Amino acid sequence: MHLLKLILRNTLRHKLRTLLTVLGLLVAILSFGLLQTVVDAWYSGANNAAPDRLVTRSSVSLMVPLPVHYREKIRALDGVRSVAAANWFAGVYQEPKNFFPQFAIDAVPYLAMYPEYRIPEDQLRDFLRDRKGAVVGRKLADTYGFRVGDTVPLKGTIFSGSWDFVVRAIYDGATPRTDTSQFFFHWDYLNESVRTRAPQRADQVGVFVVRVADLSRAAEISRAIDTQFSNSAVETLTETEQAFQIGFVKQTEAIVIAIRIVSFVVIFIILAVMANTMAMTARERMAEYATLKALGFGPGFLGGLIYGESLAIAAAGTLLGVALTFPVADWFARQMGTLFPVFEVSASTVQLQLACAAVVGVAAAVLPAWRAARVRIVEGLRAAG
Amino acid sequence: MPQSELAVSIHHLVKSYHRGGQVVPVLSDITLDIAAGEFVALMGPSGSGKSTLLNLIAGIDRPDSGELRVCGTDIMALNEAELADWRAGHVGFIFQFYNLMPVLTAFENVELPLLLTGLGARDRRERVGVALNMVGLSDRVDHYPSELSGGQQQRVAIARAIITDPEILVADEPTGDLDRVSAEDILGLMERMNQELGKTIIMVTHDPHAAQRARLLKHLDKGVLVD
Repeated sequence: MHLLKLILRNTLRHKLRTLLTVLGLLVAILSFGLLQTVVDAWYSGANNAAPDRLVTRSSVSLMVPLPVHYREKIRALDGVRSVAAANWFAGVYQEPKNFFPQFAIDAVPYLAMYPEYRIPEDQLRDFLRDRKGAVVGRKLADTYGFRVGDTVPLKGTIFSGSWDFVVRAIYDGATPRTDTSQFFFHWDYLNESVRTRAPQRADQVGVFVVRVADLSRAAEISRAIDTQFSNSAVETLTETEQAFQIGFVKQTEAIVIAIRIVSFVVIFIILAVMANTMAMTARERMAEYATLKALGFGPGFLGGLIYGESLAIAAAGTLLGVALTFPVADWFARQMGTLFPVFEVSASTVQLQLACAAVVGVAAAVLPAWRAARVRIVEGLRAAG
Repeated sequence: MPQSELAVSIHHLVKSYHRGGQVVPVLSDITLDIAAGEFVALMGPSGSGKSTLLNLIAGIDRPDSGELRVCGTDIMALNEAELADWRAGHVGFIFQFYNLMPVLTAFENVELPLLLTGLGARDRRERVGVALNMVGLSDRVDHYPSELSGGQQQRVAIARAIITDPEILVADEPTGDLDRVSAEDILGLMERMNQELGKTIIMVTHDPHAAQRARLLKHLDKGVLVD
């Protein structure tokens, strides 16, 4: 109790110094949390992937389309529950900066494969009835103010021309980490339009999403799909949805690594600041530590004082930093629109923030505590007066 | 004098410091006995070794050679942890600059050494009350050192020094930072501690006036006792 009282009063002894150090920690922990959340957001697609979903694409490149008739051959394979075609559309809404993912899909099987997209039944019926209908995620709808019944004009880039879609449904996510920034419409509508505008590009699919009946057979079915199309005009590469998503992330892995490094550099900088604060503090109090030793207090008590003060400052900065991470992340996500489909501060990020703060609190006190424990009483007492 | 009546027994004590690769002798062949209940003043010019001798007796520094028994204990044979325990039980410290903890009140500063004794809160409170009353500061218990005069701070330091009822009080220039009136006050208080409580007091001082209050005067010059 007395040790805690001494720690608390010592912590508040130089209020401005303590306040500035706490502020520094707050900014460092907040920055670390935000940067880690950006990294998490990068991997959100892979993290949200379901293990029973496979993705089949051209083995050459995603840019090479697959013939639509592959769909029936894949569906006929043993162990395949369902297959859905999906095309990346890449249309521009008003301005190029208004980016959001758009997919032309085999609506019925595709949406059945993604039960995490929650669509009201009446809206789903309306969407299935309307060949120009679209389903948009809640985040996307909120960002651009889309409402059911609105017409959304997109300017094609891969598929040239102007395309008008009518919002027939808005889906919510089963969890906060579900991506609700996407825009889906009927693959049949795309294909029929392409047949008119550019017949040579009709009946082509970007990827097939395949749902397997038995998880344990996913690898075997992947091989069976690719074997079926080996030596055909377009050979395939089938992998789990997670591997497919990680493949995308890997294309920008250098950025992710840079963000990770920067986040830890921030922690290292605040460690140096904290270590300096604690070293100054301990140097100023050497006469007090010598007095305590003369009175009979051992190195353990002195260590408790120094480690306690360091951890108290670290705890104050960290708690404020962690508490602020949530509202700042919300604000950041709003500013980013649909760039990051999922931008949630995860439990593991908070745990990392706490762990980093504990390391900073302990590491900053190591040298001052060691010096205080070793100081010769007569030398320490000379610092008095 | 029988050993049992001696508070301090020193034989052929030698102490030197190492500075910049050089050995600087501080105390040379000191032999001195101090009886229990004595009030001794150690005098001498700066650098004569009087503070070093006081530090050795108090167990906060170690000699190079010789014999040193304090309160019947060969303190040279104790390791650091044992020496810390021994100091807590046998020695009270009075410093020139008081050395109070600035974040603790007068009460808490006096209570500090009792935290090492295992006494309960109520016993500690009673003892601190008695000690502060003895030094005339019972109305200043909740004051922080910065709210007290130099003389009052030194009284708190004296209360802290006697709170564990040690046999010996060591005082290094206890009036060196005080005005004449406060110094007289502190010296009077130390006399009371010696006469009424029977504490052995060893005081280092430059001040001949302060030294006159002691019953025994010892002079050091260049690390040697000269009388």
